[in-house]
Amino acid sequence: MKVAIIKYNAGNIHSVRLALQRLGIEPQVTSDTELINAADKVIFPGVGEASTAMNFINKNGIAEVIKQLKQPVLGICLGLQLMGAHSEENDTRCLGIFNLEIKKFPPRNKVPHMGWNLIRNLSSRLFEGLPGKPYVYFVHSYYAEKFDSTIATTDYILPFSAAIKKDNFYAVQFHPEKSGKVGEQILRNFLKL
Amino acid sequence: MLTKRIIPCLDIKDGRTVKGVNFVNIREAGDPVELGHAYAKQGADELTFLDITATIDKRSTFVELVKQIALNVNIPFTVGGGISTEDNVSKLLEAGADKITINSAAVKNPDLIDRLAGEFGSQCIVLAIDSNYENDTDIVYVHGGRKPTTRHTMEWAKEAVERGAGEILLTSMNHDGTKDGFAIGITKELAETLPVPIIASGGAGTCEHFVEVFNEGKADAALAASIFHFGEIPIPQLKQYLNENNITVRL
Repeated sequence: MKVAIIKYNAGNIHSVRLALQRLGIEPQVTSDTELINAADKVIFPGVGEASTAMNFINKNGIAEVIKQLKQPVLGICLGLQLMGAHSEENDTRCLGIFNLEIKKFPPRNKVPHMGWNLIRNLSSRLFEGLPGKPYVYFVHSYYAEKFDSTIATTDYILPFSAAIKKDNFYAVQFHPEKSGKVGEQILRNFLKL
Repeated sequence: MLTKRIIPCLDIKDGRTVKGVNFVNIREAGDPVELGHAYAKQGADELTFLDITATIDKRSTFVELVKQIALNVNIPFTVGGGISTEDNVSKLLEAGADKITINSAAVKNPDLIDRLAGEFGSQCIVLAIDSNYENDTDIVYVHGGRKPTTRHTMEWAKEAVERGAGEILLTSMNHDGTKDGFAIGITKELAETLPVPIIASGGAGTCEHFVEVFNEGKADAALAASIFHFGEIPIPQLKQYLNENNITVRL
């Protein structure tokens, strides 16, 4: 199986590569649009700032490629947020795969939401066979609201989308690559889609 | 609910864990990769690796080690020790570390925090403070707790957060190594004032100490070394105890 990890100017790309290697998969970390198109599975990870990332992927033609992908795609963290329509982070127009506004957490508690939190209301094959209470690792200051594409929720300051899905596009706000056994199972499930 | 985090800390010298370790099922006791992997399996929420090698020429050994840790550990980990430049940080993050800690270099040159947060993001910049309570006040020490400064802990922590530090790792020098419990007062003061997570360190000796530092000290995470290394408190037992005391932990 060919797995492409989209390489762009965001952090944390290598953590995803290493997590797949632990599962016995050697992914291609690439910004080559042909390689991305030809992959069986595409992962769009990232930790960083929305407008800087969008500028980069727009300029490099990656944005257009992502939007028309037909194979299973998994957005992670910033990857999820960039799949929305718009982000409050520097008033950024995003990919628009999901009709979703990304908002900043109100400062009623510490921001970023950092650490292990429970995911609930799981409704996707992405979450099959998870052990016990599925705690996963989050680091983010902006969130996706709950809406009709939500397939998992988490509570921090307010309830928000921990994962979303539309057609072949899946995205998680947390970091499966850093979420122990639970995260490994989610990645394995994605690779089986 | 967001859980309280338990973080074992490993001191590394020339690529090996320094303090003696007494861990069931580990033959090569000093191997940080193996220890990190074992802690992750036991339920540690994060790991911290501090390079105490101090000499520049051994630094590449540590970067190689970080690569091995990243390949073998499936939870977040922080690395630190002697970091003073963007280049140090960039190499460690590229090697697979999730966060880095800075200490003495930031006190000497606070602008370093702004630069690192600007380039790599606040979420991966942890400011470590070695704090000593003396003459009715909390004073910041540098150089591994050997050198006092004129900075006060609260005032320095506030400045660091304004400059972009994403977390504070607070070690109480008065409590470190005593096993008499964490420094509740200063931990609480920081945790209730600052808008970032506070990791309490120094003084862990019993499970009850962790309950105290979370309930009374309002810490977001607690870090300890020897009680975990020597198997005095196995992590699953600690987390079970915290759970029984109504503290939200990842089990």
